[in-house]
Amino acid sequence: MTDSTTLLDHTQEARFGDYIALLKPRVMSLVVFTALTGLLVAPVSLHPLEGFAAILFIAIGGGASGALNMWWDSDIDRIMRRTQSRPIPSGRVDRDEALAVGLALSGISVVMLGLAANWVAAGLLAFTIFFYAVVYTMWLKRSTPQNIVIGGAAGAFPPMIGWAAATGGISVESVLMFALIFMWTPPHFWALALFMNDDYTNAKVPMLTVTHGRKATRLHILVYTILLAPLALGIAATSIGGPLYLAVSLVLNAVFLAGALRLWRRDEGLAGADKYAAEKKFFRFSLIYLFMHFVALLAEAALRTAGMGGW
Amino acid sequence: MVMALKAEHDLHKRRFGRNLGLGIVLAGFVALVFGLTVVKVSNGDSMEAFDHTARPGLTEGTGQ
Repeated sequence: MTDSTTLLDHTQEARFGDYIALLKPRVMSLVVFTALTGLLVAPVSLHPLEGFAAILFIAIGGGASGALNMWWDSDIDRIMRRTQSRPIPSGRVDRDEALAVGLALSGISVVMLGLAANWVAAGLLAFTIFFYAVVYTMWLKRSTPQNIVIGGAAGAFPPMIGWAAATGGISVESVLMFALIFMWTPPHFWALALFMNDDYTNAKVPMLTVTHGRKATRLHILVYTILLAPLALGIAATSIGGPLYLAVSLVLNAVFLAGALRLWRRDEGLAGADKYAAEKKFFRFSLIYLFMHFVALLAEAALRTAGMGGW
Repeated sequence: MVMALKAEHDLHKRRFGRNLGLGIVLAGFVALVFGLTVVKVSNGDSMEAFDHTARPGLTEGTGQ
């Protein structure tokens, strides 16, 4: 083998950024934001460096589970348009490398969170990684149309871990923050599935739109949005809520419910005619819905610090 | 052939970038662990744990 052929074999060699991409930075940013909220609204405050380390290792744990997800799902990521440019399907990173990165970072993040904060938070992080990588990715994603519902639990844990990092325990506040994300996930992803259905069909992922059709999916979105509202509003009555949170949550839930009702009333003819405009709008609003709920919680915490928040 | 190997190839740039990235991450990790240690020692957190012998100092105040 000559030098030139050796070099040619490595033209696809990964850059540092490709390993960062394995950690799903966009998902990580949501993990950082919700975990930070859970940590900041908690009644116990950590030293800033301990708080920073806790959030960093929660984010790395979330990223590690993302790498394990990409390792396992590289076959279907090659098929779906949305995921074809990921590091493994595009040939920049080997599957084995992704597995190694995922396992190593999982171990490091859990141990370091335990040392920086406490072992309750570390245990919750370990469970989250296991839940996302094994229960969701390896088991439910390809076997049941309820994949999004149960898998959503993995994305709902970060604020609970942030809260546990500060307080060392679990309470009604952290459980409600978990419930808010858990119940929000299905309508969010099903709205996406309504206008990205072809991808899931081609990859043989049993999304609700594929197995039960779009009409049933629209009904499911409405039901979950109705169930979500009391949970979101319920946070207002806890020690982390207050009048400001209640007002913000009332407006957000009213708009979200109106959107879900609109989607339920539409049929495929109508949706096809305007290229799924309402579905795309509902999906975009779902991001604002979750973001603003957590911003309102942060605002309540800031007001409490200034002696004005709460009831 | 030796000359060809010395020439800067895109491969070398990628590897340098990767090594630099990893180096920065490791240096950051060492700094963070050092910082955490300073914070924990300053806060007076327990720096001892059970080590297979009775340590009355660790259980003091717990009613044992």
